[in-house]
Amino acid sequence: MKVLVPVKRVIDYNVKVRVKADSSGVDLANVKMSMNPFDEIAVEQAIRLKEAGQADEIVIVSIGVEKAQETIRTALAMGADRGILVKAVDNVETDVEPLAVAKILAKIVEEEGPGLVLCGKQAIDNDMNATGQMLAALLGWAQGTFASKLAIEGDHASVTREVDGGLQTIKVKMPAVVTVDLRLNEPRYASLPNIMKAKKKPLDVKTPEDYGVDVSPRLTVVSVKEPPARKAGVKVADVAELVDKLKNEAGVI
Amino acid sequence: MTSPFFTGEHAMLRDQLRRFVAEEVVPHAEAWEAEGSVPRDVLRRMGELGFLGIRYGEQWGGADMDTLGSVVLAEELGRSTFGGFAITVLVHTDMASVHVANAGTPEQRARWMPGIVAGETVTAVAVTEPGAGSDVKGIATRAEQIPGGWRLSGSKLFITNGVHADLVCVAAKTGGERPSRAVTMFAVERDTPGFRVGRVLDKQGWRCSDTAELVFEECFVPHENVLGPEGGGFGAIMRNFQNERLVIAAMAMAEAETALEITLEHVKTRRAFGGTLWDREAVRQKLAALWGRVAAAKAMVHQVAWRDGRGEDCVREVSALKALCGELVNEVMYACVQCHGGSGFMADVAINRMARDARVHAIGGGATEVMLEEVAKRL
Ligand SMILES: Cc1cc2nc3c(=O)[nH]c(=O)nc-3n(C[C@H](O)[C@H](O)[C@H](O)COP(=O)(O)OP(=O)(O)OC[C@H]3O[C@@H](n4cnc5c(N)ncnc54)[C@H](O)[C@@H]3O)c2cc1C
Repeated sequence: MKVLVPVKRVIDYNVKVRVKADSSGVDLANVKMSMNPFDEIAVEQAIRLKEAGQADEIVIVSIGVEKAQETIRTALAMGADRGILVKAVDNVETDVEPLAVAKILAKIVEEEGPGLVLCGKQAIDNDMNATGQMLAALLGWAQGTFASKLAIEGDHASVTREVDGGLQTIKVKMPAVVTVDLRLNEPRYASLPNIMKAKKKPLDVKTPEDYGVDVSPRLTVVSVKEPPARKAGVKVADVAELVDKLKNEAGVI
Repeated sequence: MTSPFFTGEHAMLRDQLRRFVAEEVVPHAEAWEAEGSVPRDVLRRMGELGFLGIRYGEQWGGADMDTLGSVVLAEELGRSTFGGFAITVLVHTDMASVHVANAGTPEQRARWMPGIVAGETVTAVAVTEPGAGSDVKGIATRAEQIPGGWRLSGSKLFITNGVHADLVCVAAKTGGERPSRAVTMFAVERDTPGFRVGRVLDKQGWRCSDTAELVFEECFVPHENVLGPEGGGFGAIMRNFQNERLVIAAMAMAEAETALEITLEHVKTRRAFGGTLWDREAVRQKLAALWGRVAAAKAMVHQVAWRDGRGEDCVREVSALKALCGELVNEVMYACVQCHGGSGFMADVAINRMARDARVHAIGGGATEVMLEEVAKRL
């Protein structure tokens, strides 16, 4: 079985995000970019399936700027086999929207014929949580979202989902789209020898036109604002003062 | 972020190192500081991930990267805020094992390099003695030729990794007229009869790095353990110093940069006189000026590492960098402790440890004055 893993290059989760002065978006100039952490989990899961003999090839796809090649190389260094970069935009500031991404992925799935697509449940930059679902709909495939456990059993996959208040286990028919949650696994390190080997793994570069997909945005960003800054707290001397403040200042008790 | 020097592989190596430091070093290193050494399984894990073979050949498990690879390693370990951890690793990868990698015969390299790259064979380099540090030609440890090999007598001081190393590259006098041809390097394995750790040394900083006095008492070293030609030791030490000094400069600037980040965080939130410390122009300007100097020095480290990787002679530049960065990191630490006020003087905060650790950068691997003489000779 072939496994396809789409990965997105996003602002690194350690970066303190700054909103641009004109409220048009987040400042991405000179900022560290990395693989979306949920996608890293998807890559790891694909590699584990391969190690368990349940997958024989892992194809990584990234849709975005030229530099997303680096993100693909990271996945290759972890253990994926080859990559496809779809160079859809020139400017990191332009986000490719989920529907356009899903449409391109659907075409790639048609060409590649994977038995499973493993996506991150969402990208940490815009938190859309949509691409995997849209892809499943476009393909008419089964979907299992927010997977915290995944087992392939013949022509079905058993997906344990993290839902409010507990875990739900569902059986989906393969081929399927599975989106992965945080607790599915802990991604491995890419060892340095594997980083060097990744350089030699095949990486195709395509454009949206190759797939006949229009990536122009359908959404307009009206304004982006920082969350309100937290006001400095106060220290209270004792419980009596705390109760007093809660009663008389905050008016919550 | 973008740089004309670093490749995608360097960037990936940096990412992996940064994650390793955050997950496997920082949460545990305070305990290592108390113990006085870095646990061996940490080095083995680094070996598994290829971090100890950045510059070494693929046949030994290495990655055959260039000088900039060492810079990435030194910078990311320097960012850990635990200088003792950083130096434990860097002495092994870039200061001691280089004597085997650069001068070793094919047999010697086949014997030791795989263990060095895997983190199984930890290395130290022993040049300094009670009676000679800056003046390498002044060492007194002697090696006498006897049937089958050599007999070493003398002692070595301030040897990093000296307590726990498996293989020590030892400089000893082997005689001869010319002082620059009178030193030979020997690979001495732990548990060799006649070789022992004399004292475990207590230090102001680098507390999780083990440092020792080593004693050689008629210690027999077979011919197979001589590194490089007889009389080639001084030249080898001087050549390997280039890498050592560049790596120290890279480590020092990463430490300075990290200290400034920690301090910015502090002064921007610490309230005083109706605002934050950052609202005080004297504080802001002091940190801004240091930031600029560190950025400039770091840029020179990258440029010189790139030139070194191309095989250019950079002795003057490397010496200048060692002098510059060894002093600058101390200026930065002094200012950062000052900005922290009393809390900066407390032994258990990162900035205090970093300031204690930084002091040695102006001394070890060539004191500032010695470095400046090397620059002056070439002006
Ligand atoms: C923590 C630590 C770890 C170390 N690890 C190792 C190791 O692993 N292996 C190893 O071999 N050595 C190691 N060293 C030794 C280190 O390299 C020496 O301390 C250093 O080279 C200085 O030598 P010295 O201490 O003998 O000082 P000296 O040579 O006595 O010099 C003392 C001071 O005099 C001044 N000075 C010296 N020469 C000149 C000059 N020509 N002109 C003007 N001023 C001068 C300098 O300010 C210098 O700091 C380590 C040292 C420390 C502190």
